[in-house]
Amino acid sequence: MFDRRLFTNFDWTLLATVLLITAFGVINIYSASSSYRDIGTPYYLKQLYWICAGLCLCLTVCSLDYHMLEDFAYWLYGGVLILLVLVLVAGKTTMGATRWISLGFFNMQPSEPMKIVIIMTFARFFSRYPVFKGLTLRELAYPLLLLGIPAVLIMKQPDLGTAILVSLIAGTMLLFVGVRWSALATLLAAAVPVVYVAWQYLLHDYQKKRVYNFLNPDLDPLGSGYHIIQSKIAVGSGATFGKGFMQGTQSQLRFLPEQHTDFAFSVFSEEWGFAGCLLMLTLYLFLILWGLAIAKRCNDRFGSLLAVGVTSMLFWHIVINMGMVIGLMPVVGVPLPFFSYGGTSMVTSMVGVGILLNISMRRFMF
Amino acid sequence: MKPLQNIIPDDDGGGRRIIGLSIGAFAMFFLLLSRLWYLQVISAEDLIGQSENNRLRFVPVAAPRGAILDRNGKVLVSNTPSFSVAVIPQDVKNKEQLIDNLARYLNLDRKEIETKWTKGQGRAKYYPLVVASGITRDQMEYLEENRLSLSGVNIEMKPIRAYTNGVLASHLLGYLGEISEDELNSDRYQEYNAGDYVGKSGIERSWESYLHGTDGGRQIEVDARGRFLRTVAETGTSVGNTVMLTIDLEMQKAAEKALGDQAGAAVAMDVNTGEILAFASSPDYDPALFTGRMPPDIWKKYLDDERHPLENKALKGMYPPGSTFKIVTAIAGLEEGLIDEHTSIQCSGSYKFGNSTFRCWERKGHGTVDLRKSLRESCDVYYYKLAERLGVNRIAKYARRLGLGAPLGIGLENEKGGVIPTEEWKLKRFGKKWFSGETLSVGIGQGYVLTTPIQLASMIATVANEGSVYRPHLVKRVVDLDGKVLQDFAPQVLSKADLKPLTYRLVKEGLFAVVNEPRGTGGMSRLYEVKVAGKTGSSQVVKLRDSKGDVPYRFRDHALFVAFAPYEKPEIAVAVIVEHGEHGGSAAAPVSAKILRAYFEGKGVIKKPVPKAVPKEEEGGESVAEPDPGAAQE
Repeated sequence: MFDRRLFTNFDWTLLATVLLITAFGVINIYSASSSYRDIGTPYYLKQLYWICAGLCLCLTVCSLDYHMLEDFAYWLYGGVLILLVLVLVAGKTTMGATRWISLGFFNMQPSEPMKIVIIMTFARFFSRYPVFKGLTLRELAYPLLLLGIPAVLIMKQPDLGTAILVSLIAGTMLLFVGVRWSALATLLAAAVPVVYVAWQYLLHDYQKKRVYNFLNPDLDPLGSGYHIIQSKIAVGSGATFGKGFMQGTQSQLRFLPEQHTDFAFSVFSEEWGFAGCLLMLTLYLFLILWGLAIAKRCNDRFGSLLAVGVTSMLFWHIVINMGMVIGLMPVVGVPLPFFSYGGTSMVTSMVGVGILLNISMRRFMF
Repeated sequence: MKPLQNIIPDDDGGGRRIIGLSIGAFAMFFLLLSRLWYLQVISAEDLIGQSENNRLRFVPVAAPRGAILDRNGKVLVSNTPSFSVAVIPQDVKNKEQLIDNLARYLNLDRKEIETKWTKGQGRAKYYPLVVASGITRDQMEYLEENRLSLSGVNIEMKPIRAYTNGVLASHLLGYLGEISEDELNSDRYQEYNAGDYVGKSGIERSWESYLHGTDGGRQIEVDARGRFLRTVAETGTSVGNTVMLTIDLEMQKAAEKALGDQAGAAVAMDVNTGEILAFASSPDYDPALFTGRMPPDIWKKYLDDERHPLENKALKGMYPPGSTFKIVTAIAGLEEGLIDEHTSIQCSGSYKFGNSTFRCWERKGHGTVDLRKSLRESCDVYYYKLAERLGVNRIAKYARRLGLGAPLGIGLENEKGGVIPTEEWKLKRFGKKWFSGETLSVGIGQGYVLTTPIQLASMIATVANEGSVYRPHLVKRVVDLDGKVLQDFAPQVLSKADLKPLTYRLVKEGLFAVVNEPRGTGGMSRLYEVKVAGKTGSSQVVKLRDSKGDVPYRFRDHALFVAFAPYEKPEIAVAVIVEHGEHGGSAAAPVSAKILRAYFEGKGVIKKPVPKAVPKEEEGGESVAEPDPGAAQE
């Protein structure tokens, strides 16, 4: 069963790129959390544990043939959907948001697996769906329903960031499948009233405040506007070559919020400067282009769709997080894959990489 | 391997779109890079300036915690300022000399300061590290005067807890401590940061969310050396809410004084509301010791003490209820129609059941015993026989109806539920069948039966008010700074034990006899001004046969007493347990008497300068004796 070719075809380049990014991540977390009070296991060490756990999961995922996912996709979709409903009914509320459900031995956040599951669902849906000259508006109805249900459920939690991410991932996959210009134009036109209604009725005040603060950070220089200003100062003061490892005044003085998680890149930019950022951006861009190349080389449509989906998941996380850190986007809690501290993000991203590796090493199998 | 039909010919090649997506990705990254270029290269000079002039620092300010008051508004816990000494390494000119000076001024070991200094070395040079906390005001003023020789030293002030009455009610109030890593990671403390102080036990922990208040912060401007210049902006803290307990300070004092040196617990409760008036666990510990640095020798002393001062015995102590449980057995017998006030048995001092002999505490036997006498003199044989006829499941049914066997939800964490055994319970717990001999032990509150002092108080209160199981509660209301009531805890009836009026009357008459009639075992709880009713109990810690003389402390029986008063129109119920106190009548009943006395003194029913405390009467000698060896089997 286990083919020798699987080993020879193993995508070492992809794994090496990911490991390189995680290594920078750990070093950066070490610096970012050095000003914290030392209680218990330091963050960088915990991040190492998460990386190990993530790698195990990643290798498990790529050892099983990804075509199996095709059979399970809808079941997984249904399962996670039920969990999302459960969260709203019986979830745990923290900080005004209900995102977790307790499974007895551990707590889980079902909006996170939804990111992967929506990819599988769309891949499964379009793998058997003949598309000629792009999807029409009518053909879009069913996939948009598949996306809409979980997106609204996640938004209700409320977790705007994840809802947007899931939609962006699905949207990218739709673009890959092909959408007619007429359909696209109609959708964009329809989006205006939808956004208006969402703004009026679905968004919470704190979310609106973040958008206002993004548009005008000076409105609330002590609140969430403060984070944007401080992050910009941190990034900019890094200048060309940075202030040096552990020397970032912005981060060491703890001007930055969440500086080991969502604002980790801000710390990195300050300490390593434009040169460091260029290196990180290159690594990430390489990762994205490599993922797309895997999609292109793959011989079957399900695999291609899966690869595009996973790559877009990584891509949007990267763009939104960096955009937030450098003041191009409002503050939404989206971590930088492989770089920010956090087990949830690490696990999701590693599973994604596992899927990519899986597709990549089986491309010659047919 | 792969179903071929899955391959659908691409209309115009996914390849073209992949290239499209790649270009899109490239463009986005280029946008990010341009922005980085703009920030880090074009605006760098400006932003470096801003970061260097970023003399704005955010200093979190912990909100003062809310106070804890007794039911009459007397302060139990409030705040007092505490000073700690921090060092900002970059401002220090001569480290060695500074350590010397600090050690001298603060009377500290040089090593201790050095250790703390090294521990903080990984941090930034401008990050203040605390080298001594909880210094006195005199020391603080002394340091202020000698500022010149102490460059780099900062004195920080923060409010800490002040325990107005010292060790009073320490278990109930609880203590504070720095938030632990586990707590930080739990959902409950999402909004907390490392270094925050949180309640670790008692009211402080269970009512943390009310007491904590909203932390604020100050945006301060500092000079080039990181020293404070001025406050730029301030987000105010808001003081935590005041938690008003149902506890009566005077009664709490009386209860703790009555327990004295003895290990044990005492709970007093309003029988018509469930409000807990006194909640004592002995011995005490000093909660103030937990706010600063706990000296290791004291910590060890606490841990090694066989009387377990850190344990809240009123809440978590589970004890066999002993003869106090006879109230339950009697109620079950009356309700099931197995006995009435005239039913009598012969007590010869023991009861043969199968191959075992169950002894009565009175070796000589009680002779002819009816219900009233069985309660008054606590005859074991009466209850062996009754329990045998009832069976364990029927006893359990009434125990549960009286509020035993499950936590009552008094408003503190980790409340224990006790054990009311049934046949199924034993099968589930031990995988073994129930032996009918075990039912006899249960009938006198031994064997598997376990209750907490709070449950016993609730049980006797339910008997006193004839059927309402109130939720015993500790918090009367939560009030904000302006005195607005945020939450008011009205009496809550958890369940009803609707029994025949005659049942309650007969049992209460028996309990009255326990305290007020000759040969009653509870004579030492008698008050002259108010009629008291109650039941003694002693519960075995280990099975010892014919143990006379010196039994080691930890093997001695526990002494229990439950009571209510006034007999005619009950207001207050009391449950007392004295660990290893041996006899309920002699060790626990007097404690109950003192608590009841404090209650009626507070109400003006009993005049303060009392003639003489507990009676030493003709039957006093008798009333002391209740060895109650329980299910001593052979």
